[in-house]
Amino acid sequence: MVPTHYYLILSAILFGLGVVAFVFKRNIITIFMSIELMLNAVNLAFVAFSQALNKLDGQVFVLFVIVVAAAEAAVGLGIIIMTVRNRQTLNVESVNLLKL
Amino acid sequence: MSILNYLWIIPALPLLGSAINGLFGKKWPNKIVNTVAVGSTGLSFLAALEAVREFTRLAPENIPWVQQYFTWIIAGNFRAGFDLQIDHLTVVMLLVVTGVGWLIHIYSTGYMAHEGGYYRFFSYLNLFMFFMLILVLAANYVLLFVGWEGVGLSSYLLIGFYFLRKSAADAGKKAFIVNRIGDFGFMLGMFLLFKAFGTLDFVPLFAKAAPLPADALGHLGMFTVACLLLFMGACGKSAQLPLYVWLPDAMEGPTPVSALIHAATMVTAGVYVVARSHILFTHAPTAMFVVAVVGCATAFFAATIGLVQTDIKRVLAYSTVSQLGYMFLACGVGAFSAGIFHLMTHAFFKALLFLAAGSVIHAMGGEQDMQRMGGLGKKIRWTYLTMLTATLAIAGFPPFAGFFSKDTILFNAFKYKTFESDTAGLILYAVGLLTALLTSFYMFRLIFLTFKGKPRYDEKKVHVHESPWSMLGPLVMLALLSTIGGWLVLPAYFGGEDYFFRFLAPVFNAPEATAEPGGRSLEWILAGVAVLAATTGLAIAFSLYLRRPGKSDQLARSMRGLYNTLLNKYYVDEIYAALIVKPLLWISHNVLWQTVDVRAIDGTVNGLADGALGIGDGVRHTQSGNTRSYAVWVVIGALVIIAIIFWPSFRPTTIGVVR
Repeated sequence: MVPTHYYLILSAILFGLGVVAFVFKRNIITIFMSIELMLNAVNLAFVAFSQALNKLDGQVFVLFVIVVAAAEAAVGLGIIIMTVRNRQTLNVESVNLLKL
Repeated sequence: MSILNYLWIIPALPLLGSAINGLFGKKWPNKIVNTVAVGSTGLSFLAALEAVREFTRLAPENIPWVQQYFTWIIAGNFRAGFDLQIDHLTVVMLLVVTGVGWLIHIYSTGYMAHEGGYYRFFSYLNLFMFFMLILVLAANYVLLFVGWEGVGLSSYLLIGFYFLRKSAADAGKKAFIVNRIGDFGFMLGMFLLFKAFGTLDFVPLFAKAAPLPADALGHLGMFTVACLLLFMGACGKSAQLPLYVWLPDAMEGPTPVSALIHAATMVTAGVYVVARSHILFTHAPTAMFVVAVVGCATAFFAATIGLVQTDIKRVLAYSTVSQLGYMFLACGVGAFSAGIFHLMTHAFFKALLFLAAGSVIHAMGGEQDMQRMGGLGKKIRWTYLTMLTATLAIAGFPPFAGFFSKDTILFNAFKYKTFESDTAGLILYAVGLLTALLTSFYMFRLIFLTFKGKPRYDEKKVHVHESPWSMLGPLVMLALLSTIGGWLVLPAYFGGEDYFFRFLAPVFNAPEATAEPGGRSLEWILAGVAVLAATTGLAIAFSLYLRRPGKSDQLARSMRGLYNTLLNKYYVDEIYAALIVKPLLWISHNVLWQTVDVRAIDGTVNGLADGALGIGDGVRHTQSGNTRSYAVWVVIGALVIIAIIFWPSFRPTTIGVVR
């Protein structure tokens, strides 16, 4: 049986990758995918804890997170499509209407 | 059902009239407005008469009759209530105020008939009556002060009645500000009295003060300081040196106002306060001496200015200041009832003089300069006769009212002893006598210039006409009072009792030097001298202005310096402007405005605002609008929170041991 901390370390690595990608990438689709990556890294941690503590709460949380992620994907992709239509670019730095 | 239990009705009636006219009178025709105003004052007069009738039936132990209606201020052991009281002194004031006030209201209906702001005028006039009645009926200093300030307010409003004219607005402000100086002293006096006696109600305060020893002459004890402070207030309100400057300027108001407020009633409030506080003053001989000297000096000083003024109302204004000086002289030498007596007769004849002057101005179509009058006696006969009566009264010819009151004052001044000698009294008497001569002179000068001689106006342009009976009626009434008002003391000259002084005796409870045996011949001699002085004044005026009309100008030319000094009122206004007003303006402009306000206060506020703006400007650069930079802040924030949560228990070894 794989020890729990392996899962946690993997989860942390995936989350870190998501953060780094979120911060450094300019492509709005990539940023969106890095958010998904972070969410799923957290899911992995939840499942690992669920297994380790022998409780089902973590798995229930995962289901909620997946539902929220799906909703978020629907809204987020809608925003992205509108942005692209308006600006003909996926570069996030061109979305700067509120900038001084 | 006795009105003595409902004393508040007397002041409440004019207040009601003022409120009705002030709130609703704007659209009403004049007839309704003056019905309300004259009616409310008339009812107040009737109520006062009824109160006096009931008062005379009170048992002596119930006097002063005090009614407490409600508690107004309570703080610690201090209580000031809406308490009214009536005693013999109040009776005199009450009848003078409501009676003369009512007559002047009637007169105003005629005088103001063609003026704008008719409802406003009567609303203010009624408001004045309300405050004046509060002043004379108050049973404590605090309520008295309410009336005191209230009449000041009404005076301000009425002086500035023609507020579109700058001089009128300025005169109103001047009156208000000069009075503030006196009121400052008055309030300090009240504080001191409260500190010393723990109450400001007249009855307990005077009861506590009476048995205390008097201050020694020349020492500043509590009584002396308190009395001097109260007298400072009286100086402001009653236009005494050095605070008299507002009264001549107050003539900018309509003439009935000059008659009611600035001659008959309000300006005598200072005399009333001194008389009301006579128990305090008799404990402070130094303060009494100051009162006498200031009164005497003012009487003389104002009379000299009155000699050369050419504006008919200004002559009367200085005459008022001068006569108020007589009243203070009387109070100062301890003859309080003589002062109140002169107050009463003065209210009659000075109100009459002003109203008659108003009638002259009315007849001349607004002209006030006596140099452009003359020969009016035949054209406005009633005005002339009534004004002549008042002039005889103020000049001190028997049997008119002024003779008796002025003579009593001079007699008391003559008998005044201070510093263990008669000298001070003799000097006061001499100055008072000289003032009587000057009074007679400037009053007859006024009469001759206005009513006698040849007309000096354009007879084609000015249509001289007698005033309506609504104006002449009050004139005749007042002329009657000016004639017989002094007869109350007439029996004293023939060894009988004088009713006025006996009436006031319970208040002042000191027998004054009017009826002492052996003094009778002295009294006759002094009266003769006074009449001689008045006659001399008349004779000089006659020779200068009637017999040889050019003579007065010749005299003025030969004494140009003196004449100009008098004409310019001793340059007192200019001196005050240079010594007080200009430095005050300079300090206000340069220190208070440009330094304190602009630099310190505005500087602090603007500095804070500028600082906030600068910080905001610096910090706004963190909000770049770059989404990913926000993400970095979120990550950093998350890391910080994790660090804070786990810091105390963070051990490298525990990482793997979650299980």
